[in-house]
Amino acid sequence: MTEVQTPADPVQAFISETVGANPVVLFMKGVPEQPRCGFSALVVQILDHMGVDFVGIDVLQDDDIRQGIKTYSDWPTVPQLYVKGEFIGGSDIVREMFQAGELKPLFAEQGLLPD
Amino acid sequence: MSVKSYGSRIDGASEMGVVADTIRDKLTAAFAPVELAVTDESWRHAGHAGAGDGSGETHFDVRVVSAAFTGLGRVARQRAVNEVLRVELAGPVHALSIKAAAPGE
Repeated sequence: MTEVQTPADPVQAFISETVGANPVVLFMKGVPEQPRCGFSALVVQILDHMGVDFVGIDVLQDDDIRQGIKTYSDWPTVPQLYVKGEFIGGSDIVREMFQAGELKPLFAEQGLLPD
Repeated sequence: MSVKSYGSRIDGASEMGVVADTIRDKLTAAFAPVELAVTDESWRHAGHAGAGDGSGETHFDVRVVSAAFTGLGRVARQRAVNEVLRVELAGPVHALSIKAAAPGE
């Protein structure tokens, strides 16, 4: 049996703790104030537009996290958006959900939208 | 192999497009799509980190419509596409924008 809930790997543990401790986390290239990739910038733009507070983790600052985040959710690319610990998707999915009007209720249900 | 195949190499098809063809072939084999569009967007990204010198095939836009995606969520659909293109994503392809839909959506 393999238990992935409490990873022994310190990088996996860091990721798990980060997405557990913060309601909205975006693993991205660059920082929210200055994204260094168009796909990351797009997600930041959408979150800012909705007024959602989030923690940005710059994977370019740490190669272990850059690699580790890919295995954490078995997802090969960055950015990756997490809401209440749950993996939502990358930039394509975030954009699609935003355009389909699905993102707002997702955040609203969690009480993460400004009044 | 002794098969002479250089004929196809020196006709109109340039080296550019090899990766795009592979993506097309693999997606066709895996999903039997009713609609498939693979667009090389690399030129848009020339010069930024990960894009190499701008001459390679690194950024792609994929739109694939297949009955295989019926009943699957967005994450599952994209995972299925990523899985089929695992080798390409680990190698030459730096970014892949995926729009996967089921027929009628």
